[in-house]
Amino acid sequence: MALIDLKKKEIYCKIVYYGPGRSGKTTNLLYIYNALPDRFKGKLLTIETKGERTLFFDLLPLSLGKIKDLDIRLQLYTVPGQAIYKPARKIVLKGADGVVFVADSLRIRREKNKESLADLKEHLFEWGVDIHEIPLVFQYNKRDLASMGIPILSVEELQEDLNKDLNAPYFEAVAPKGIGVFDTLKTISKLSVRYIAKKYL
Amino acid sequence: MGVLVLTPEKVAQLEKLLQDYLISIGVSLALLIDEAGNILVSVGENQDVDVTSLAALAAANFGATNQIAKLLGEDDFSILYHKGKKDNIHLSKIRDELILVTVFRDDVPLGLVRLKVNQVAKEIQEI
Repeated sequence: MALIDLKKKEIYCKIVYYGPGRSGKTTNLLYIYNALPDRFKGKLLTIETKGERTLFFDLLPLSLGKIKDLDIRLQLYTVPGQAIYKPARKIVLKGADGVVFVADSLRIRREKNKESLADLKEHLFEWGVDIHEIPLVFQYNKRDLASMGIPILSVEELQEDLNKDLNAPYFEAVAPKGIGVFDTLKTISKLSVRYIAKKYL
Repeated sequence: MGVLVLTPEKVAQLEKLLQDYLISIGVSLALLIDEAGNILVSVGENQDVDVTSLAALAAANFGATNQIAKLLGEDDFSILYHKGKKDNIHLSKIRDELILVTVFRDDVPLGLVRLKVNQVAKEIQEI
């Protein structure tokens, strides 16, 4: 749920990075956090287990640009990807204005991607949101593994598996190096803000 | 998906309510947030506290506790209270979408906070 504060002239927009465990959602946020100068970003909050897995969520507040003289405040959240954290994912998704689905390009993770997308659909539906309606961007992460001889899925296969009927924008990425990270962020924030603006401003 | 639009008048009204009911009895920080973790209004001494994180965690805390409630066959828990050595925090659900977060020191009695939170909740519902 977006929040528009006409007193402070700010518009708040919640963007959730979704996807299977170990696909690189937190890595996306870390890269963004490290790459941006202080004036654009807030504190990075993470709740993780000892094994560097997200336990509940990560949160990164950003302020980027203006629309109709309102400052845009983005709140980037990640969810814990592992199957057992299903209830936590549902909580974090509440009130999302846009979703980035970070898919794992590793061939052995093919089914996990599909399961996670089905899980996303289900949770959005429970909050009364249609996955076809909410702004959505796919990020096919870990593209660099191919050059190390590790079997990965082709973009065509990922598209066929995940994006065939959704037809959302997609980017190839190598999150630790930042490849594709800002393209993804730019596109999802543009779509989300436009979506809110079209509906309410 | 809904949206909350805060007009300057509404913000002023809400700030005044929180000021009159809560800050006046010694509450150090009062935040009105939504379930997505956005801050609607915040009053009190918050220079040391990262209110953005506080709001996100409070909303998540509430969400998590609601899931616990469901496991136990309850609809939800409408009040949460955490006691610290010096600072305490009280979270209370207002309507379906809002949460009132109050942070107060040990010298403010919990009973008084609960009473005032109840009273102010009724007023907020009417805005």
